[in-house]
Order: sequence, then structure tokens, then C-alpha cells
Amino acid sequence: MSLFSARNANPLSIRNTVAIGIGSALFAILGRFGSVPSGLPDTNIETTYALLALFAILYGPLVGLLVGFIGHTLKDSIFYVSPWFSWIIASAIVGLIIGLAANRIRARDGEFGRKEIITFNVVQTAANAIAWFVVAPTLDILIYAEPSGKSYTQGLVAGASNIVTVAVLGTLLLTAYAKTRTKQGSLTKEA
Amino acid sequence: MKMLAYAKLDSPIHRLTGAAKLLFFALWSMGAMITFDTRFLVGFIVFGLVLLKVSRVRLREYSFLLYLIGAFFLLNHVAIYLFSPLEGVKIYGTKHVLLQLPGRYDLTAEQLFYQLNIALKYLAVIPIAFLFILTTDPGEFAASLNRVKVSYKIAYAVSIALRYIPDIQRDFQNISFSAQARGVDISAKEKLGKRLRNVIGILMPLILSSIERIETISAAMELRGFGRGKRRTWYKDRPFGPGDYGALAFIAVVLAALVWLTIARGSRFYNVFESPLF
Repeated sequence: MSLFSARNANPLSIRNTVAIGIGSALFAILGRFGSVPSGLPDTNIETTYALLALFAILYGPLVGLLVGFIGHTLKDSIFYVSPWFSWIIASAIVGLIIGLAANRIRARDGEFGRKEIITFNVVQTAANAIAWFVVAPTLDILIYAEPSGKSYTQGLVAGASNIVTVAVLGTLLLTAYAKTRTKQGSLTKEA
Repeated sequence: MKMLAYAKLDSPIHRLTGAAKLLFFALWSMGAMITFDTRFLVGFIVFGLVLLKVSRVRLREYSFLLYLIGAFFLLNHVAIYLFSPLEGVKIYGTKHVLLQLPGRYDLTAEQLFYQLNIALKYLAVIPIAFLFILTTDPGEFAASLNRVKVSYKIAYAVSIALRYIPDIQRDFQNISFSAQARGVDISAKEKLGKRLRNVIGILMPLILSSIERIETISAAMELRGFGRGKRRTWYKDRPFGPGDYGALAFIAVVLAALVWLTIARGSRFYNVFESPLF
């Protein structure tokens, strides 16, 4: 499988460039205003990761990577002043890995059935696990020398909550999106 | 809801080019990330505050941010202490107990010093981050990214993001308010399953309209021949002046000193308990 989706032979096509820009703006806004209480204390449903997953599936790994990176940096900078690099890199990795499945899930052609739902959720679980269980806490320890017990516990909570969020909201969003698209080969020739 | 935004003023800092400020900010953050040397960190903070003063940016309107940062800060420090009350002892290799507490929660001078350094590390970036965001014209920012060798398409994507954040924020609020006016509740008062469906009801129009917007903008850009050339010119691009070279030389020297000290000492940590001078 090539790193960049075959349909978009040029990973930095005009449409992808614009998708990175608009996706990053959406990521920043949903990251700041799109947190919904989950019912568990101190854990919110971060809707912004469902959006990141959708953009990664629609536009591929490079767009996923850059929406995660630019969107998270902008969110931290304009709403909380100081960018927290370890988590920014983790967001970028989530976008990149989910984007690698873009070729197998053709939501743009209206295809999002049982098979695609399973592929999507396997990939998003792997992406979130790598990013939040491994990358974010390890970078926290390397950069900020935070105690390892604290960092890994934090990563575990954030990762688990993001996996559930993307599993529920991401799947629902992609299903709803696929329904708005016309299936390929949906026309039949009249006799 | 207020967000940090550029305001046009005239000061030595505003006159620096965006590219110089971007590089300065990146090197500064790198320094603050590498070191745990209290003296460097205090120096960073003091110098940052002086620069804030020089730039004459108005910070009063952003004072609410300090509460937000403060709350995050406090939570983080409590968590560090709860998870690892003897992290400082592990790092500095000595143990001066200041206060006997049950279990492993003895309060030690080492732990206080370690957590003080973490606090300083975080504070060291804040004045410069404020400065960078408040004194850099977003229009010039894209040109700056391109100047520091980021592909101009990615620079342009960042510029699109900055341009559309206010629009998308307004769309999001309009959609979410009109949904709420029809009784669609996404607060903790609604049952979880219903709440999630309501969230989808708000996200879907926002995302579909954004995807439509992507198509419109990219069609417009394509018609104007975006991406045909290998390079592009920028309306707000400015050449480096003496101030820009000065600022970069300064931060480069500081960073070099910091790296030299770290290597010579063999550790990122300044151990006040063992050798107060080195």
C-alpha cells in the first residue's frame, strides 16, 4: 500500500491543501468548544478526534497528519497560549495512521457498510493506542521529565476515551456522510 | 469567547519579520524543553517579561487565560506529587526531608525543587508564546513559514486555517444555538445515548458545509492557477533587517551555551544539592 492514496495521486493537490486548512480550523474550533461531558468525572468526549478521523479517511494520510499537527498547534496557541508538543505530535500520528486506511474505505463513493466499519475501527484503535499509550507519554517523559507513572496513566485515560469517542462518533459521522454520497454504479441501464 | 489575535501596533518587536519571530520562538521553546537548569529558566522568564513590556501588547484583556493556565498547572502539579512524590529524590540523588508525611509522601526539598523547575519550564514559554501570537500578522505568517523552507502549499494551508477559524467558529455557534433553540441538548442533563445523537446532529451540518467550502475554495484556487509554479511570491514578505539577525544571533548563542553546559555537566538537571555552581 502506498503512503498516499492512489485516487489523489498528488498528496498536495489543491483540494488537499484546502482540506488541510479548513480541517485544521475545524480541529481548533471543535477542540476548544466541542467537548461534551461523558458522565465520568474529568473525562470529556473530544468530538474533534471524530472529525480528524473523518478527514483522514476522506483525504488520506498526509492531510490527516497535517490537520492533527496544525490544528492542534493552532488550538493550543490561540486558545491556551502555549503549545504542548508531545500531545500535538500524538494528534498528528492519529491522523496519519487512520489516513493509511483511506484507500480501503471509500466513504466518498457512498460505501460504508459492515466491512468498512470493522476496518475503520481496527485502524482507529491501533492509531489511538500508538499515539496515546506510547508516543504522548514517552515524549512527556523525554521533554518534560514528568514521572512515568503519571504520564502513562494520563495517556491510558486519554487514549481509551478517544478510542471510544471515535468508535461511536466517528463511525456515526462516516455512516451519515456516506449516505449523502451517490454510490458508484448505482444507475442501471433501462432495457 | 475571546481568542488570542494579532493587533497592529508599532514596537521594535512588531517590526521584526514574522520569519525571525517564528525561528526565535521555535529555538526558545527548544531551549526551554531541553534544560532543567533553574538559572537559565529564570533568565528566560525575566527576559520574556522584559520583551512583553517592550512590545506594549495589551495583556489585560487576556487575563482570563491566566486562570485557565493556572488551573491546569495546579492539577498537573498535584498529579505529579500524587503519582511520584519522590521523583526529585530519584533525580538529584539526595534526600532532605522537610516534613514527615505518611507512607511515601514525605515532603522533600528535592521534590519541591524538581516541581519548581517543571513550573518554570512551562512559564518560560508563555511570555514568548504570547508575544509571537499577538505581534505576528497572520498574513505575514504564511510568508514566514515559506521563508523558513516549509512548502508553500503547506504555508498556504496554515494561512487558510487562520483565515477561516473565525468563520467556522461563527458557523459552529449558529448551528449549535439553533439546535439548542429547538430543544437539542448536549449538556450533562440529557441521557448519554440521546446526547451523542444530538452531537451528531450539530456536527453533521458543520462538517458538510465545511466540505462544500473546501470544494468551492479549491475550485477558485484552481481557476487562478494555484500550485502551477515551484515557488510563489508573497504580498507581505519582507527581507531580514539588522534587528532580525540580531535576535536570531542572540537566541543561537543562548541555545549554544545551554547545550554546551548540558553536555559538559552530562545532565539536563542543575543539581543545587550537590554542586550549586555547576
